[in-house]
Amino acid sequence: MSSITSTPASGDTRPYHERYKPADHFRSRDDEFDAVKFGVWLLLATEVLLFAGLFCAYAVFRMLYPEAFANGSHHLNWKLGAANTVILLLSSFTIATSIHNAQKGQIGWLKFNLAFTVLCGAAFLVIKGVFEYYPKLSAGKAPGIFFSYPFATDPYEPIWWGIYYCATGVHATHVFVGICLITWLFIRAHKGHFGPTHYNAVEGVGLYWHIVDVIWIFLFPLLYLIH
Amino acid sequence: MTTTNDPDMIANEGHGASPGASNGALHDAHHDVSYLTPKGGFWATVWDWATTIDHEKIGVMYLCAILFMFFLGGMLALLIRLELWVPNTVIIGVEGDFLGRFIKHDSLAEAGNTFNRVMTLHGAIMVFLFIIPSIPAALGNFFLPLMIGAKDVAFPRLNLLSWYIYVFGAIFAVSAILLGGVDTGWTFYTPYSSAVAADHANIVLMVLGVFILGFSSIFTGLNFVVTVHKLRCPGMGWFDMPLFVWAIYATAIIQVLATPVIGITTLLLVFERLFGIGIFDPNLGGDPVLFQHFFWFYSHPVVYIMILPAMGIISEVIPIHSRKRIFGYRAIAFSSLAIAAIAFLVWGHHLFAAEGPLVAVLFSALTFLVAIPTAVKVFNWISTLYKGSIRLDTAMLYTLAFLWTFSVGGLTGLPLATLATNLQLHDTYFVVAHFHYTMFGGTVIALLSGLHHWWGKMFGREYAERPAQIGFWLVFIGFNLTFLTQFILGIHGMPRRYASYVPEFQQLHQISTIGSVILASGFLLHLLVFVHSLVAGPKAKPNKWGGLTLEWETSSPPIEHNFHHEPLVKHGPYDFDDFVPPQCDPDEFARPDPPQEHPPTP
Ligand code: HEM
Ligand SMILES: [Cu+2]
Repeated sequence: MSSITSTPASGDTRPYHERYKPADHFRSRDDEFDAVKFGVWLLLATEVLLFAGLFCAYAVFRMLYPEAFANGSHHLNWKLGAANTVILLLSSFTIATSIHNAQKGQIGWLKFNLAFTVLCGAAFLVIKGVFEYYPKLSAGKAPGIFFSYPFATDPYEPIWWGIYYCATGVHATHVFVGICLITWLFIRAHKGHFGPTHYNAVEGVGLYWHIVDVIWIFLFPLLYLIH
Repeated sequence: MTTTNDPDMIANEGHGASPGASNGALHDAHHDVSYLTPKGGFWATVWDWATTIDHEKIGVMYLCAILFMFFLGGMLALLIRLELWVPNTVIIGVEGDFLGRFIKHDSLAEAGNTFNRVMTLHGAIMVFLFIIPSIPAALGNFFLPLMIGAKDVAFPRLNLLSWYIYVFGAIFAVSAILLGGVDTGWTFYTPYSSAVAADHANIVLMVLGVFILGFSSIFTGLNFVVTVHKLRCPGMGWFDMPLFVWAIYATAIIQVLATPVIGITTLLLVFERLFGIGIFDPNLGGDPVLFQHFFWFYSHPVVYIMILPAMGIISEVIPIHSRKRIFGYRAIAFSSLAIAAIAFLVWGHHLFAAEGPLVAVLFSALTFLVAIPTAVKVFNWISTLYKGSIRLDTAMLYTLAFLWTFSVGGLTGLPLATLATNLQLHDTYFVVAHFHYTMFGGTVIALLSGLHHWWGKMFGREYAERPAQIGFWLVFIGFNLTFLTQFILGIHGMPRRYASYVPEFQQLHQISTIGSVILASGFLLHLLVFVHSLVAGPKAKPNKWGGLTLEWETSSPPIEHNFHHEPLVKHGPYDFDDFVPPQCDPDEFARPDPPQEHPPTP
């Protein structure tokens, strides 16, 4: 039903993004673009609600066991958290720029900014996994029943770690999905799929990446900074 | 059903379309044939269906899937009812323990354990695999684009994906059953679901299944919201939309906004089981009531995911089958949105017993609010019927039945929402009867109404009216016998989710069981009628009931691209007084004689 084809129709030598015809059931390219954007916004709403559940659990247990939470957050290195915050902010900037690049038809810059965003995402995951999760887990600061850190002073510290790993883990999964999507964008950009007349996917993934970023902006102070 | 090889279906193409529609107007003759036309041989057709992005086929695939689940859940329900035939107080495992014939029980506890599993699986299958996707994903998928004059939903691939995700989730749930099942109740309350060591893998699988199904529901909802916003055909403003579309739209909003919460809840529950994170498990310092809040924050809105589309069907069937403009169009449309909004504020009424008094009072008051938009709808439907020329076919019979059963369901919600009576009735058969009157008496009855109303349109075949009506009476009588008795049982103190009971309740339990068997026979008859229709039914007319909504402007079954011409809306969906319906014998649905409207006063 959709008319996405990679091989030019006979005689049509225009670039892909100009040749691009919207799916049959849309009246125009603009209609399709609006629909995609609206759909992505709804998806973002679901993401916010998903994390709302985690924030809610955080609030409840912070109230129930303030000691455990204060102790727990002391174990987090705010510098690593801050580094990740900066990295994500930077990547939000580059992905926003890449949308602009697509609109302007600057394919070289588009590819550069997408690649840069992927690198930022990867850096985020490395810091999270290698410098935060790994040493903590090996020290026994694991969630729930796997908690074996000998110097805990509050009996409810495992709950803190449970919430910490759930919240950051679900977030990191989102980062990972984002990396995959942006890599896909990069490949398509490389094939010349995007340009001023067609950049739906860049816009959509860009919006998604922003929400991943915004959620981190909330997680960072709640987990690392408040004691 | 999906691989009909019948040449008649192809011949049906263009049947009854407005003159000149079938030649020349469409550039692409290939898309001018019925969506049911087989694509080559058997396997080619199967492949075509498995990879289709056509909303009609996906709707039919959903229909098959949910009906299969309904069958599974229904069989489990019969097991429950048969087990409850005798009180089972002394002779467990010997006589009367019905389940004991299949599974050997050595003790009372073991028999109860099996019962709990059967009951849990019945509830979980019916709620998550049948009723939540039922009307929106099957009939909604099929008719939403047709009714707004679109060629498809906004994101057809996402639509297909959501069907596969549904199947994937169902596989998780069914494998949990095959591994021995779970006994937590469909609500998965902690600590049943977190602390009990048995069934570890089953619970994880089951809860993951629900998590996965959530994605399917979100994608369907998201697709429908965007479709309604962006794909209405020229001339169709918001208030020209059929009320079914309004209902599906309101439902879709709830699907998008509520489902993520069950997503995170089930995910946390899985982590609770796998890692013992201690959020919900009281042994580890967690809060089981928090789980209940999380669960009902989704699962109350979900009851409106179930009922709103049902109300949409009723709002279609009533005006068309009584040939009257719907009374209070805007009131019905807005009450759908009001219900969707209030739905998010009342979850606390499921845990009155676990709340402080102030919170309980607040939730009780908010719950009463829901009754207002609900009643607005019921009164508008009844006003529409007033002085209409009612045609008592199966669809209409079911709709009239809905008005009774759903009203009973809604009205019995009020004593449950009242704090003093709730403490008496909570967790008794009264609650069981209440939600069966709303979910079965509401959603399932409306689904049956919609299926009969749209059957010819969907499959291009008429069904046999007389046997279908007999089926209706069996279902209606069976249903009321099954569940009216349960109100009385509940008031007398019969607790829910028990395999045995005191002998005083036996008579009512037996009436209920007899009712359930009658009910099942009604469904069997409906199944036969539908199968007969597919195999040997006469060809359906394109506009059998004289409807004015857009789905009646295309052929029966619709062509692949839905319409021969892009439709243009020139009248409201229910203007029966002013417009002759398309593609039907004008004599059959004569306009009302204008002078009769204002008879001279004697
Ligand atoms: C006027 C409208 C309604 C009101 C005031 C109402 C009120 C209530 C209340 C207060 C309860 C809690 C009873 C208890 O556990 O103590 C309840 C339970 C329930 N209601 Fe309703 N309800 C209404 C409509 C509906 C509808 C339309 C549906 C479904 C389509 C529905 C499905 C359920 C279910 C499934 C439960 C019990 C779930 C469980 O505990 O397993 N209700 N209702
Ligand atoms: Cu409720």
